[in-house]
Amino acid sequence: MGGKVTRLTVNGQAHDIDVDSDMPLLWVLRDTLGLMGTKFGCGIAQCGACTVHVDGAPVRSCALPIGAVGDKQITTIEGLGSDDALHPVQRAWVEHDVPQCGYCQSGMIMAVAALLQENPSPTDADINAAITNICRCGSYQRIRAAIHAAASQRVSGIKSP
Amino acid sequence: MSRVPHLSRRTFLASAAAVGGALALGFDIPLAPRAVRASESRAEITVWIVIEPDDGVIIRVAKSEMGQGIFTALPMLVAEELECDWSKVKAEFASPHENRSRNRAWGNMSTGASRSITASQHDLRRAGATAREMLIAAAAACWDVPAGECTAANSVITHGPSGRTTTFGRVATQAAEIPPPAQVQLKDPKDWKLIGTRQRRLDVPDKVTGKPIYAIDVHLPGMLYAAIVQCPVFKGTVRSIDETPLAGMKGIRRVVRLPDAVAVVADTWWGAKKAAETLQVTWDFADYAGVSSHTIRAELRAGLSAGDARIGRNDGDVDRALAQAAKRIEADYEVPFLGHATMEPQNCTAHVTPDRVEIWVPTQDGETALAIAADAAGVPAGKVVVHKMMLGCGFGRRGIFQDFVRQAVLIAKEVSGPVKLVWTREEDTRHGFYRPVASARMTAGLDADGIPIAWKIRTSGQSIIAAVSPRVMQFGVDRNFLQGLLEDMPYQVPNYRVDFAMRNTHVPVGVWRSVNHSQNAFFKESFVDEMAHAAAADPYLFRRTLLASKPKELAVLDAAAAHAEWGSPLPPGLFRGIALHDSQSSICAQVVEASVDRDGEVRVHRVVSAIDAGHVVNPLSVELQTESAIVFGLTAALYGEITIKHGQVEQSNFHDYPMLRLADMPRVETVIVPSEGSWGGAGETPVPPLAPALCNAIFAATGKRIRSLPLKNHDLRSA
Repeated sequence: MGGKVTRLTVNGQAHDIDVDSDMPLLWVLRDTLGLMGTKFGCGIAQCGACTVHVDGAPVRSCALPIGAVGDKQITTIEGLGSDDALHPVQRAWVEHDVPQCGYCQSGMIMAVAALLQENPSPTDADINAAITNICRCGSYQRIRAAIHAAASQRVSGIKSP
Repeated sequence: MSRVPHLSRRTFLASAAAVGGALALGFDIPLAPRAVRASESRAEITVWIVIEPDDGVIIRVAKSEMGQGIFTALPMLVAEELECDWSKVKAEFASPHENRSRNRAWGNMSTGASRSITASQHDLRRAGATAREMLIAAAAACWDVPAGECTAANSVITHGPSGRTTTFGRVATQAAEIPPPAQVQLKDPKDWKLIGTRQRRLDVPDKVTGKPIYAIDVHLPGMLYAAIVQCPVFKGTVRSIDETPLAGMKGIRRVVRLPDAVAVVADTWWGAKKAAETLQVTWDFADYAGVSSHTIRAELRAGLSAGDARIGRNDGDVDRALAQAAKRIEADYEVPFLGHATMEPQNCTAHVTPDRVEIWVPTQDGETALAIAADAAGVPAGKVVVHKMMLGCGFGRRGIFQDFVRQAVLIAKEVSGPVKLVWTREEDTRHGFYRPVASARMTAGLDADGIPIAWKIRTSGQSIIAAVSPRVMQFGVDRNFLQGLLEDMPYQVPNYRVDFAMRNTHVPVGVWRSVNHSQNAFFKESFVDEMAHAAAADPYLFRRTLLASKPKELAVLDAAAAHAEWGSPLPPGLFRGIALHDSQSSICAQVVEASVDRDGEVRVHRVVSAIDAGHVVNPLSVELQTESAIVFGLTAALYGEITIKHGQVEQSNFHDYPMLRLADMPRVETVIVPSEGSWGGAGETPVPPLAPALCNAIFAATGKRIRSLPLKNHDLRSA
């Protein structure tokens, strides 16, 4: 489509992408690669529904042109954990009944996974500063509890209520 | 409930179970395994239940799941009577086109007004009981024993005298052929084992792993993408389109002109969006370019003293009682338009072929989506297939109007192959169906003891009913506008009158989580606080006095106050406010603890929310919905405001239409007040009390009475 071919590594897999270099990473992930876990919410890096990891750091992919990604490693929610082997943050999300509509949760989980990688035991203030994603269903109270649980390794797998 | 045998069951069942519930959607996503159709052996027992040979239980859900938890709570109602093993239950959506072809076997699919459980509970419990009796009858026939000697529990059927057992899965095929019993006995609520217990949501595993469960995730072979630009002024139209700026842009397939919008279809959505924003469109703004929030406010204010108001309720002689009152207070209140801001922007994928119209849609009412698609395509309804998907929020935005469905079908008619229309957030913010603007003039007369003897409420604002279904207007009165102020007004004041001066604007309005309760609770509960202040009474005890003959409301108010330890000392700087409101057949009272710092910054620290929602199916759902409703109400109270300038919405995205974020989340404590004998909603009921409870706390903190929202427009700095 007129751009130059870009090599993109997503969840450990290399893809050759031929799109305009200004196309945001979000739309490459979703429409070119069919990875639908990363969501579109605002397009201006406000809501965080599109959060992925770029070389391990949380990035709002709706505002990152594909031309600026270079050879950095991209991780999406699909690459974070699997149904059989959930990431500790995903497990905490299940244990604390976090999702409601669930639309923002891929981005939330990616943002939190990156936070815990950087800061294994964040304080409430750390969480407030780092997790600025929008959840319109209001799952924030459970998100905070789940972050603390994941951080303190209290997550012990999915139990019956 | 009659069983309709095998009618296109094959297509219908191609869904959740075989792919582990990951795609409980009623259709194949191309990315999903194809093996899902190898399930002809599953037996449909009543239209609601499918039992698989391995004892898996599929329970169909007719309502839409937008976060409120009905994908779990509705199956619980079935499972309670079915006596199945809850751990084996999976849910799937019943599809609107099947509903149509099967004589509306699943009833009304419209999802709103917090009515999913209230409206479905009887049919669903009855379906569970019916299926249980059919399964028992099949087992009894196999064993050649009387069915009355058999019982079912945990998906196992036991013949009492012999101790023989079998499972639902083993007799399901035979059970499916047994005529359903004409009558079944439903359990006494005291015998419920599942209803009333906390159960994890069935949709959570897919939602923590990023599964493609939303309409916006649909990814079909050969699919094109559409972006849309709608006339910025409501009711305006397209005059002309200059496509020359698109020259040289690659991957553009088509420019589609709609009456009030222009869409671009392209190979990528990004390409379509760029092209749509590059097009030069000349609009006809009709007569609306001069309308602003200022002119609208002036009209509403004039309505507060106009002669054309229609009476909603009129007890005693309010004017005479006011004249006799020892003390009279009066105050005007007002609230702005509010947008829904669903996290998933409006979208719809449509595929129009000569034989069939197929849509994938985030809808709160799949039957309306079907009707709109048929109308837009100009085909009989029987040719439309609707795939209901999980919704990334609903809040009332996607039920009645579904403008995005019409657009997607009109666009898809112009291209071959499926096309996915996705709105930008800017389009979403500027083209909603907003919570109406509203104003109220409150007048009360207190006697010498501070007891209100007269209360007059004049409201003025925009009617949703006038836009949605004018036939519902009763003698010209939109009673819906007066929600919470009519017979559902809990406070007893002997001389009481409420009326409504309708003032409609060109801005489209619609139902917004809690609808007109959202503003009426703010008016009513703030003014009750004003009355309490005028009477030099404690706001909680003052309300108790007015609720003397309302034991249920009193119990909820007391529960909130007790849990929040109303009257006990708080840390310095914290103040309490209280409010109570009845809505959706439920009662909610809240105590807010808030602070206002020297710079005027409001912070909510804690909200205690007590609710009487009648029978509670899943207490976890009620807690989640309470937390959600409080965030929804708090976001609106703090920041929520859609303003109009030059006939257009001024806001565009989350930077200028902000949402509450985690750092500002108060501690929420839900108190479920035990209640029996009734059913009520829970998704909306905790929204209305939040704003007045917060504003009453701000009054306690600052002495400043908040009579308009949002709070960001008020200067609360210390003098």
